[in-house]
Amino acid sequence: MLESDLTFTDDYGLYDPQFEHDSCGVGLIADIRGRKSHQIVKDCLSILCRMEHRGARGAEENSGDGAGILTQIPHKFFVDECSRLGFDLPEPGEYAVGMFFMPQGEEKRDLCQNILLKVIHEEGQRFLGWRDVPTNNATLGETAKGSQPFIRQVFIGKGDGIGDNAHFERKLFVIRRWAKELITRAEKDLAERFYAASFSSKTIVYKGMLTTEQVREFYPDLLDERFESGLALVHSRFSTNTLPNWNRAQPLRYIAHNGEINTLRGNVNWMHAREKRMRSTLFGDDLPKVLHVVDDDTSDSGAFDNSLEMFTLAGRELPHAIMMMIPEPMFEGDRMSDEKRAFYEFHSCLIEPWDGPASITFTDGEIIGGVLDRNGLRPSRYCVTKDGLVVMASETGVLEIDQAEIVKKGRLQPGKMFLIDTRAGRIVDDEEIKHKVAIAQPYRQWLDNNLISINDIPHPPFVHEPDHETVLARQRAFGYTDEELRILLAPMFEKGEEAIGSMGNDTPLAVLSKKPQLIYNYFKQLFAQVTNPPIDAIREEIVTSTDTMIGPEDNLLEPVPACARQIKLNSFILNNVELEKLRLLGESESEFGKFGFKSITLPMLFDREHGAKGLEWALDGLCHLASKAIEDGYDILILSDRQMSEYRVPIPALLAVSAVHHHLIREGTRTHCGFVLESGEPREVHHFALLLGYGATAINPYLAFETIHDQILNRELEIDEAKAEKNYTKAVNKGVVKILSKMGISTIQSYLGAQVFEILGLDKSFVKRYFTRTPTRIGGIGLDAIAAASLERHSRAFFPDANAKNLELGGNYQWRSAGEAHRYSPQSIHLLQKACRTGDFSLFRRYSDLLNDQTKQQGTLRGLLKFKAVPNAIPIDDIEPVEEILKRFKTGAMSYGSISAEAHESLAIAMNRVGGRSNTGEGGEDEERYTPAENGDSRISKIKQVASGRFGVTSHYLVNAEELQIKIAQGAKPGEGGQLPGNKIYPWIAKTRHSTPGVGLISPPPHHDIYSIEDLSQLIFDLKNANEKARISVKLVSEAGVGTVAAGVAKAKAEVILISGHDGGTGAAAQTSIKHAGVPWELGLAETHQTLLRNKLRGRVRLETDGQLMTGRDVVIAALLGAEEFGFSTAPLVTLGCVLMRVCHLNTCPVGVATQDPRLRTKFSGDPQYAVNFMQFIAEEMREFMAELGFRTVNEMIGRLDVLEEVEGSGLDLSKILFKPEIAADTPNFQQTKQDFALENTLDKRELLEICLPALMHDAKVEASLKIENTDRAVGTIVGSHISRKFGSKGLPDDTIKLHFAGSAGQSFGAFVPHGMTLTLEGDSNDYIGKGLSGGKIVVFPSKAATFAPEDNIIIGNAAFYGATSGSAYISGVSGERFAVRNSGVDLVIEGVGDHACEYMTGGTVIILGQTGKNFAAGMSGGIAYVFDEFDEFPGLCNKQMVELTGIDDADEIEFVKDQVFRHIELAGSPLATAILLDWDNSVSKFVRVIPTDYRVVLDAQKRMIAEGLSKDDAELAAFEEVTA
Amino acid sequence: MGKTTGFMEYARTLPILGDALSRIGNWSEFHDHLPEDELRNQGARCMNCGIPFCHTGRMMNGATIGCPLHNLIPEWNDLVFRGKWREAYERLALTNNFPEFTGRVCPAPCESSCVLGINEDPVMIKEIEVSIVDRAFDDGWIVPRPPLDRTGKRVAIIGSGPAGLACADELNKHGHTVTVFEREDRIGGLLMYGIPNMKLEKSLVQRRVDLLAAEGIEFRTKASVGTDISLDELKQDFDAIVLCCGAPKPRDLQIEGRELDGIHFAMDFLTHSTKTLMTDDAITPIDVKDKNVIVIGGGDTGTDCVGTALRQGCKSVVQFEIMPRPADRTATHDGWLSTVRTFQVDYGQSEAEAVFGDDPREYSVLTKRFTSDGRGNLNGLETVAVRWDAGQLNEIVGAENFWQVDAVFLAMGFTGGEDTSFFNDLGVETDKNSIVTVNESKQTNISNIFAAGDCERGQSLIVWAIADGRRAAAAVHSFLLSKSKLSAIVSDEI
Repeated sequence: MLESDLTFTDDYGLYDPQFEHDSCGVGLIADIRGRKSHQIVKDCLSILCRMEHRGARGAEENSGDGAGILTQIPHKFFVDECSRLGFDLPEPGEYAVGMFFMPQGEEKRDLCQNILLKVIHEEGQRFLGWRDVPTNNATLGETAKGSQPFIRQVFIGKGDGIGDNAHFERKLFVIRRWAKELITRAEKDLAERFYAASFSSKTIVYKGMLTTEQVREFYPDLLDERFESGLALVHSRFSTNTLPNWNRAQPLRYIAHNGEINTLRGNVNWMHAREKRMRSTLFGDDLPKVLHVVDDDTSDSGAFDNSLEMFTLAGRELPHAIMMMIPEPMFEGDRMSDEKRAFYEFHSCLIEPWDGPASITFTDGEIIGGVLDRNGLRPSRYCVTKDGLVVMASETGVLEIDQAEIVKKGRLQPGKMFLIDTRAGRIVDDEEIKHKVAIAQPYRQWLDNNLISINDIPHPPFVHEPDHETVLARQRAFGYTDEELRILLAPMFEKGEEAIGSMGNDTPLAVLSKKPQLIYNYFKQLFAQVTNPPIDAIREEIVTSTDTMIGPEDNLLEPVPACARQIKLNSFILNNVELEKLRLLGESESEFGKFGFKSITLPMLFDREHGAKGLEWALDGLCHLASKAIEDGYDILILSDRQMSEYRVPIPALLAVSAVHHHLIREGTRTHCGFVLESGEPREVHHFALLLGYGATAINPYLAFETIHDQILNRELEIDEAKAEKNYTKAVNKGVVKILSKMGISTIQSYLGAQVFEILGLDKSFVKRYFTRTPTRIGGIGLDAIAAASLERHSRAFFPDANAKNLELGGNYQWRSAGEAHRYSPQSIHLLQKACRTGDFSLFRRYSDLLNDQTKQQGTLRGLLKFKAVPNAIPIDDIEPVEEILKRFKTGAMSYGSISAEAHESLAIAMNRVGGRSNTGEGGEDEERYTPAENGDSRISKIKQVASGRFGVTSHYLVNAEELQIKIAQGAKPGEGGQLPGNKIYPWIAKTRHSTPGVGLISPPPHHDIYSIEDLSQLIFDLKNANEKARISVKLVSEAGVGTVAAGVAKAKAEVILISGHDGGTGAAAQTSIKHAGVPWELGLAETHQTLLRNKLRGRVRLETDGQLMTGRDVVIAALLGAEEFGFSTAPLVTLGCVLMRVCHLNTCPVGVATQDPRLRTKFSGDPQYAVNFMQFIAEEMREFMAELGFRTVNEMIGRLDVLEEVEGSGLDLSKILFKPEIAADTPNFQQTKQDFALENTLDKRELLEICLPALMHDAKVEASLKIENTDRAVGTIVGSHISRKFGSKGLPDDTIKLHFAGSAGQSFGAFVPHGMTLTLEGDSNDYIGKGLSGGKIVVFPSKAATFAPEDNIIIGNAAFYGATSGSAYISGVSGERFAVRNSGVDLVIEGVGDHACEYMTGGTVIILGQTGKNFAAGMSGGIAYVFDEFDEFPGLCNKQMVELTGIDDADEIEFVKDQVFRHIELAGSPLATAILLDWDNSVSKFVRVIPTDYRVVLDAQKRMIAEGLSKDDAELAAFEEVTA
Repeated sequence: MGKTTGFMEYARTLPILGDALSRIGNWSEFHDHLPEDELRNQGARCMNCGIPFCHTGRMMNGATIGCPLHNLIPEWNDLVFRGKWREAYERLALTNNFPEFTGRVCPAPCESSCVLGINEDPVMIKEIEVSIVDRAFDDGWIVPRPPLDRTGKRVAIIGSGPAGLACADELNKHGHTVTVFEREDRIGGLLMYGIPNMKLEKSLVQRRVDLLAAEGIEFRTKASVGTDISLDELKQDFDAIVLCCGAPKPRDLQIEGRELDGIHFAMDFLTHSTKTLMTDDAITPIDVKDKNVIVIGGGDTGTDCVGTALRQGCKSVVQFEIMPRPADRTATHDGWLSTVRTFQVDYGQSEAEAVFGDDPREYSVLTKRFTSDGRGNLNGLETVAVRWDAGQLNEIVGAENFWQVDAVFLAMGFTGGEDTSFFNDLGVETDKNSIVTVNESKQTNISNIFAAGDCERGQSLIVWAIADGRRAAAAVHSFLLSKSKLSAIVSDEI
């Protein structure tokens, strides 16, 4: 198949279209009073062009990812056009226009058209005529051209009997859906080629696979002066790949979406499941013609658009429909009105939130507006002019507007709606719209009459008691191990916490293990990376919700009070009492019957004697029983394995749950019942996450509770039973919330059935049947093997051996002789250390042989690959030398802090000696290491990591790198942040991290400047500006879909993409994450290589891989699968002394590797030479393989899948890994061209460098004034990098360079600027201003021409001063969300901030002269904020988990604040500050001082020590010792 | 679990062995338990390793790394630290049939493989082990637990050393009917007569034998197979036979004067000495009271000879070792488990030093010739100092020496098994040293005859013997039931 013939639904190799992502820029213009003009269309297209940098292009510069515009129907224009074509249009509203993409071939097109005409006729509407849309594809790229559809408009007159306009729209919808259905029935592959971009009497959409500029060129209609509209909405798409697709361009029919729906799979499944219960008086008999609601193969945005359309046409107002799909978060202490709360509560009985980062603009042609997700993860700025024009877009400054004309500058706020009603001619604020919707029905009353709490149900007369006698047998039957009890469950029982571990996973994949496995172990958790952010469920708890309700659902389209007939649970974990309550609801005669629910318990067991067949029969039977129960009116199903016996074996609970769930979805009855599991099997967090993800609503893990009881009886557990149960439930809840937050999902309700997992090692047809639509790419075992494992466990339990006094040992988390196999074993460690320490290559070979041994190595996918016998072996002397190969080697990112200085520096020296690269990790680097030692050894880490915490990321740090690595995820714990407890922040660690010794540090789960792909693109651009000489690398973790993400990353201009395997190491992570998140690098690397090839992007980037690369063979396979560079971490650490203690998280490493304890560091026995030997041995082994395979250089070997084949008999199918896409012969297999960053277009290169030359040459003062636009991004960063290079970390003297800008600054204004630079901005700025500020000064104030009050208007965007380390800034106006997140040393003054300000802050000061948003100071562990709290509102908005609020009483502090306020007036001319200062004596008492408690304690101690006469350094150490003692 | 910083807080302590001078005055066990607090601290030193090398049980570079029984050492160290002695015992008993023996006489490869030993003194694993099991006996946790069902299968075990007893114990627990044949007058093999009483009180051996008997194992002493019981009888009466008859043939020193009176194999000396203690039967002990004694061989058996000679009241004692003195323990940079032999002082040497003022050991010494008093009695021996060059032994010219001596004990290890004729009669294949050839399941060339311990492995450690006995039992069990149901706790997998 040729590339051009592909459509995006093709699924081949490891690539799967369901993982395509897109993200973008959106914008709209509306005239509040609905006045139509061509100017609006023209301006909106200009906006689109000004957001070009938010979209992307593929391999071809002229093929865009998609762009388009939605407008009102340009009646004037069409009247003329149509009459020219020979037909007349009726009055506006009396006709509709359909904008159709159809096949180019005439025959197929005729088929489509004929069916469409027939349906129009049948539905009683009048066909008026066709219009071929003029197009001009001259500037389009080959890909876009090759897939260009035939674009034709159809005009339809309103038929007789059509009432209002809504009725007409509904009819059009029926025609569109039904025509499509009939066309698809006629010819299946026309489904994708007959597409209505719009079909409405009010709006029309012009879009396509275009760049922003191309929209107006391609559609000459849009340039026609007669083309008028009162509103317009544009969208520019950044897709993760460039496979040809015109349909997915936006706007869609009602919305344009910037962001991503994380819960899509679940939303679509549930939507589908609810269709059977849908009834609509408005649609009447037409309803079946429009179902399914969600089109197959549409994007997340498309699915959202589909559902929104359905809800609206079935009778809801547009804002109402949006509110139910994207509800505001509710939390304790919020100030939400009861009506609104009732509205949301009622609707949560109907539908789960569509969750994920989203800025959605929507319109029905009359009202137009925008809404933001609950987290506020996308930017959206607007301004309103005196003339009644509203301009809203992802960025400010996208349209030139006279600042004097502006009455208001605002932003969309998290969970809030912004609406313009052009009929009413006004802007309707969030409160008003929502209030109106919320009081439309007496929702509170409906809830009161129907919704009950489980606590309302009386205590049951009978509850199962623990049975001590049989606990052991049942534990054995469910595969409990001793290790699980000791390592995983003990901390849950005792402390309510998940078990923490360290190092990586080195055990086999479940399917390759020789130990019997629970089915859970075949599932790997997916996680958010790049295209959407993981969230922080702890620090941002206010946006999460664990509410769980159970009960049947009713008609989603026209809800009735009874829809609220649900039972509210305390948690998705049910204790035995709660379960019995639910069970008794079935007894209609008893007091439990009065609640009106009917429950039934279905046995989840199979007959031992029937073996595997028995399991299959039992599953069928269970599905049948479930259907029957629903038919009989039961509305709560309880699947139970309580009745397990000698003869009856429990069905694996996850299998039973998912089988029944999918059966009922297929049958359309899933929402007729609530679904409860009563099982002895689940106990780990991963188990619960899976059960919820595959359809269970609530779970009673009775055996886990009995284990608690048993352990207390056995004195294993010395804690009160009720307390232990509570702890356990808490730990599971927390753990599950963490898993869903890794995926960026914030509510349990949206997670139910969301199936965010990938399967490794289960058979495809088995998965299709029981775990429908879960990716399983390597095949594997099926029902037989699963039954066998169950039977084996069951036999051990009920027919035990005489010696079976105990549980199986386990050996998964720690090595045990009879336990699970580990690649790091006593023998491999011994051989590796000895070989590398004595320089003995023959010993190293023994080590490699041990690991490579096919029979034992089958724990990994690479173990299942072997080299084909190749005829053209070549002499080893012809192979490129070891030195050449070593340049490709790197050590992994291990932070200074997680490992000792000795270990960190040894690795750096070793890599510098061999010409490879070591990595700083995320902890910064002491600049002393930039100076080489006398013997020539250098301790510098050539790779500088930029992770979410941004510790020590300064301009000077960045310029001292050869490679800058953006860590998106880490193999051991993808999607998670980290926490370094205070007792590890020794003074020397605090120094490189710019923090306070003894005070804990938090790395957020996401980068707060990367919530989507275009954000990453921006960060890459920023870093390239910060160091032009460094390669920019992006580290991803292998999971299904990573190839698609990587394609996006390549388009975002990364130069290196690292695909990390799931089994990489960590200094500390939850065991659940270490074991169950992510997949091996083999899959991710192969998928990435294939996808990049397919998108013609492979030649632009270098691919790197890591994650348990241990031998030359491992590396050769990585190269053959597509990698150019290779990372090693654990193995070199072992050569330096690591013996896999797995106590890195405890600071007790007894060999001085992973500890900061000075006593233990003395025990470090490593030497850089050992790691050097390791690298050389690996390279030497590679050469031997290369000789055998006939490759002279590594480059020749990259991507050469043809020399690999599968080992026979593994039971797995690796053909997708070995798949080679059909591509043109000259498609590069490895990086050959450089990314073009177009830095010459930056303001710095165009003008600033020249202006600043005197300062850079001989630190002379310079000053200049310039204009600035939103397309000028990262202004000042390049100049800053020159300063850091030349003058070091100290920079230049204050105010050496003074630059004044006027206009709207693009993103990342002043990023990383160092000391000596002062940037003044008159106007406003977009997101990320002052990112990583490294000593510079930034001042922002509104245009002098502006007439609005600065303190009431937004002036800078989101995530301002993120990760800033030093310097100062004065902002006259209000910022967006997440102001000063991770600030570690900047002094800031501002007049108001959005939600989550000062999150994770560790140093510096922030003075806020006005209001703050919610969740202020979450995770703040250092620094001080002073909030001018005029109306005493602040305490309710502050997250007080870590901070204390006081007044300012210290005279020095008062002086400091006053001085800063004064400077704010001086520099930013703030009227507000002037007012405050004028009334200073009053004002000072209104300041609230926010200081983290731990930080204060340390500062007090330091102060005391200094007072006692200690030097500053000694005082730091003494204070550290005191607080950590 | 455990105390994460225990190893940083507590030092390894010394075992309580009693004063050397006073302990040689009797034959009683000289080892005493540490107080409970101290034991808990010692348990707290365990680091709960990600890879507990102590538990490995594998041969690497010719040395035993970790415990061949795969004792769950980190688990019971932690339980001891937490004062959960009974649970600790249950853990210990899972893998080890006779901790009261191993805790006393095993050379503890677990300790030399303890990760803490990389740069500190290792955890006192052996001390903790013996403390656990002794408490279990003292507190009555160990009582006979005969199997509930009998399979009706009969197994004969030839030899009652640690391998035979472990094998018998395991098979009996599985309900098979086990008979142990021992040609000596007491059960226990080397445990009974090979190890002197002060290291292992014979009452402890008997206590375990009594326990096993109470659980239904039949012991037949003075029952030499092939003599007291015919092979045919054996084959007819039993469904399976397990050979656990050791590798008792000592390595000899065939030099001039070897035939002289006063030159003995160490094992004869030790056996006679113990028998004398335990019986009134008129046997002729080898008595070295007031004699000059030389022990040739630097191993454990040699040390036992030193201790025994001292207790008999010898006039002097010297112990020859052909190897040079090992280095004192220093941190090695060659990587973990480089298995460097380090200098150790065992009980015999410290006792000799207490009596005579010097360590009795002479290193790099090769015995060339025994000399006679002319009446067929030994009166001296001649030696030469040697040098080892790259594993090659060279005599140093001019470094000859003469030693006046009345008794010499040869403690140079063992070369092989029983008489070949015995195995020939059984039809079992052996190698040239009469070591029985077995497959991975410890099965010989005859399907229902198995072998375990030194007789199939060659001379080795007690822990290997027990491990082999267990493995053979597992194999016999599955052979008898034709399917495996044994827990896989004993395994060589790595």
